Amino acid sequence: MRKKKGAPIKRGLLAFIALLFASATALAGEYRLVIDETPVNITGRERTAMTINGAVPGPALRWREGEEVTLQVTNRLREPTSIHWHGVIVPNTMDGVPGISFENIAPGETFTYRFTVKQSGTYWYHSHSGLQEQSGIYSPLIIDPAKPEPFQYDREYVVMLSDWTDENPEWVLAKLKKQSGYYNFHKRTFFDFFRDARRNGWGATLSDRLAWGRMRMDPTDIADVTGYTYTFLINGQPSKANWTALFKPGERVRLRFINAASMTYFDLRIPGLKMEVVQADGQNIQPVTVDEFRIAVSETYDVIVTPQEDRAYTLFAEAMDRSGYARGTLAPRPGMSAPLPETRPRPIRTMADMGMSEGAHEMKPGGKAPAAEDPMPGMEHDAMGHGDSISDGLENGAATRMSSEEPPVMHGPDTHGRGNSMVAMAPRSRLREPGAGLENTGTRALTYADLRALEPGYDRRPPEREIELHLTGNMDRYIWGFNGKKHSEADPIRLRHGERLRVIFVNDTMMEHPIHLHGMWMELDNGNGEYNPRKFTINVKPGERLSFIMTADAPGAWPFHCHLAYHMASGMMLDVMVSDDGEKAHP
Amino acid sequence: MTFMNGSMIAGVCLIALVAFAPAALADSPEMAAEEDSRLYTFLEIEQFEYRIGSEDTLSWEAQGWIGGDYNKVWLKTQGDHTIDKETKNAEVQLLYSRAIAALWDLQIGGRYDVKPDPSRGYAIFGIEGLAPYFFEIDAAVFVSNKGDASARIEAEYELLLTQRLIVRPSVELNFAAQEVKELDIGSGLSEVELGLRVRYEIVREAAPYIGVSWERKAGRTADFARRKGEDVGDLTFVTGVRFWF
Ligand SMILES: [Cu+2]
Repeated sequence: MRKKKGAPIKRGLLAFIALLFASATALAGEYRLVIDETPVNITGRERTAMTINGAVPGPALRWREGEEVTLQVTNRLREPTSIHWHGVIVPNTMDGVPGISFENIAPGETFTYRFTVKQSGTYWYHSHSGLQEQSGIYSPLIIDPAKPEPFQYDREYVVMLSDWTDENPEWVLAKLKKQSGYYNFHKRTFFDFFRDARRNGWGATLSDRLAWGRMRMDPTDIADVTGYTYTFLINGQPSKANWTALFKPGERVRLRFINAASMTYFDLRIPGLKMEVVQADGQNIQPVTVDEFRIAVSETYDVIVTPQEDRAYTLFAEAMDRSGYARGTLAPRPGMSAPLPETRPRPIRTMADMGMSEGAHEMKPGGKAPAAEDPMPGMEHDAMGHGDSISDGLENGAATRMSSEEPPVMHGPDTHGRGNSMVAMAPRSRLREPGAGLENTGTRALTYADLRALEPGYDRRPPEREIELHLTGNMDRYIWGFNGKKHSEADPIRLRHGERLRVIFVNDTMMEHPIHLHGMWMELDNGNGEYNPRKFTINVKPGERLSFIMTADAPGAWPFHCHLAYHMASGMMLDVMVSDDGEKAHP
Repeated sequence: MTFMNGSMIAGVCLIALVAFAPAALADSPEMAAEEDSRLYTFLEIEQFEYRIGSEDTLSWEAQGWIGGDYNKVWLKTQGDHTIDKETKNAEVQLLYSRAIAALWDLQIGGRYDVKPDPSRGYAIFGIEGLAPYFFEIDAAVFVSNKGDASARIEAEYELLLTQRLIVRPSVELNFAAQEVKELDIGSGLSEVELGLRVRYEIVREAAPYIGVSWERKAGRTADFARRKGEDVGDLTFVTGVRFWF
C-alpha cells in the first residue's frame, strides 16, 4: 500500500514551512519563491545564508508529471540571482542559467518561469549564479509520475545532503587559487614514509614517493574543500541535530537521496539495512540491492529500505575523503539513535587514478582480472592494511582495480597546454569500480555498471558522430576546464538539432568530476545497450575513459559543466549550442 | 639610508601594485568580466625574522601579486638590517609574470637596490615554478644599468613532520658574470645561503618559525671581504613569522 501523494515530509529544528500550493489533482500549479538573506546558526556561530523562502534548504517543491507549473521567483538579494531546475527538461529560456539561457533575476525583480512538466522522479533546484548555491540556495524537487510507479512503498522521505561553510564562498575560492592544498589536512608526512616503509619495504616506498614527486601530484588529494571548513548536513541539519525519519517495523520506506553539496561526494549506508536502488537521477532502473552507494555531487538516487526490527538505524553519509560525515536516524519513535559506524580509512590516489597503466604490469603472471560481479576481489588486500598505505597503489590495489574488461586507450600527444598539469596516459573504463575507498570494504557497493534502465531508450538510432572531451585541470593554479581551456576561452560545442551523437570523456585529472548537461539526457554507455541508464549527471573517475550517447533534441544554448562549484567557477564549463545548422560549425 | 626607507619603498610599490589593477591582467581584456577569470591579490611575508649571529640582524623576504590565472604583476622585496648599524641590503622587484607552462611562470621586470650603496637598478629576466619532486624554483638573471650581469637561483622544499609542523630547507646561489668593484663582488659564484626553518601553521596563513641560516661569500667575493677584514661566512639562528593572505 502506498501513501497518498504529498505525504508530509518530516522536518526538524531548522525546518521550514513548505509552500505546497499544488493539489494532487490540479494540473496547473502556481508557486512563489523568494530569494533572500537570512541569519542562520549551523555551527554555533551566527552567519548569513542565502535562502529560498527563508530556509536552507528551501521548500521542497512537489509537481506532477503533465502539470503546467508557474513559478514566480523574486530576488531580494543585493546581487543578481537565478534558479535552475536541475535535471528537469525545460525549454531553454526557462532553464535559468545567467548568460546562457536568460539574463538573470536582478535585485528586486521577479522572474516568472512557466513550463509543462514532462517527467517524474527526484530532482532539485538551485541558484546558478556565482557561488550562491554554496551559500544556501538549493532545495528538493519531487515530481510524481502520471502512471503508477513499478515499485511499492509505504512512506517516503527526502534526504538532501549538503555541505555548509561559515566562510564566505568567495574566500574559499580565493584560498584555493592561492594554495590549492589549503583544506587538505591529511597530507603524507615524513613519518608516514617510515610507517609505509616498515610495512611495504624501503624500495617500494621510496619509488612510490619518487613517482608522485616526479608528477608533482599529491595522492592524498581526494577533496579540494574538506571537513576542515565544512559541516555536512542532512536536510539542512548538522549531525548533532540528528534528523530522524520515522517508520513502523516491516514498512517499506522510500528514501529520496539528493546530493546538493557544492563539493562533497558522500558514501551512503544504513548499517543493518540493505538498500534497494530503484531510481537514479530520477529515472527508474532495474532494482539493485546494495549495502552502500556513492552519490556524486548533484546526483539523486531513490532507494527502498525495509527495517524489520523495532530499533533505530543510523543513516550515515560519509564524505568521500573521510573528513567528516552527515548523520541521521531511521527510528520507530522520535528521540532514538543508533551507534555511529566507525569512520573508515581515507582513500589515497593510485597510479590508476593518474591514468597510468602500471596496474596491468603489476598483475601477477597467470592472474586474471577479477570478475566484475565479485564485490571483493583480491582478498589478500585486506591483510595489507587499508587505503592509506601505498600497497593500494603499487601492489594489490592496482590489481584489484583492474576490473574493467576494456583495455586502456592511449592518450594522444596533446597535453592541453598551461591550463592542464597532467594527462592520463592510459585512461580506461572504470564503470565496474565503486570508486576510491569503496573497493575493499567487504560490502556490496553500487557501481555505474549496475545501472540498467527499466525501459529501453526512446531513440534507438546509433550515433552518427563522436566528440571526445578531455576533462583537464591545473591543480597548482586551480584552473579547471575541458581540453585545457576554461569556459571563457573555449568555443561552444555545436550540435545539429535532432542529431544523435556519442560524447567520450577522458579524465586527465586525478579528481572525480560530476559532469552535468542541461536540457537533454545523457545515456551512459555502460554496456547495457538500449537499457543504458539515462542520467543528468555523469561522474567521471580519475584516469577514466567513458562515453554517453545523446540526442540533441533541445534547440538553444545549454551549459555543460562540472557540478563541483569551485571547479565550475574556475572554468570547468562549456556551452552546447543546438541549432538546425549545427554541424557546419563543428567537425 | 635606514631600514625604514627600504620598507617604505616596498610599501609604496605595493600600494602602487594594488592600485594598478588593470583589466589587462585578467586573462584577456574582453573576458575580464567572466566568472572564471577573476582577479585575485596575494601578499606573503615569507620571512620576517630576527637573526642572532655575529651581528644581530632583522631580515625580510616578501612578495605579493595581483592578477588572474595566467597573467600577474608581482612585487618582491628582500633585505637585511643590522640592528646596531644600518640596512645592509634592501631590494625591490616589480615584475610582469606570465604562465608559460602548466607549472612555470616567465617573469620580466625591474629591480632596484636601495642598499648597498651605491644604489642601482637592474632589468630582470626570470622563471619561477615547481620542478619535479616539489622543488620550488625561482631563478633570475639581472643586468644592471652599469651593464654588469648576475644571476640568482633559489630552491625551496617543504617536508611535513605533521600537518602543521613543516620543515623548509632552502638554498640560494648568487653568481656574477664579471667583477663589480664598487660592490666588492668577484666573478663566478659569489654568495651561498642555506636555510632550514621549522614552522608551525597555527592556521595556514600564519606560522611562527625558528631555524638556522648559513651565509658564505665565495671565490673572489670572499677574497674582497677578507681583504677588508670582514667575515666571509656567518651562521645565524633565526626566529620569525611567516604569513600570507
Ligand atoms: Cu570538476
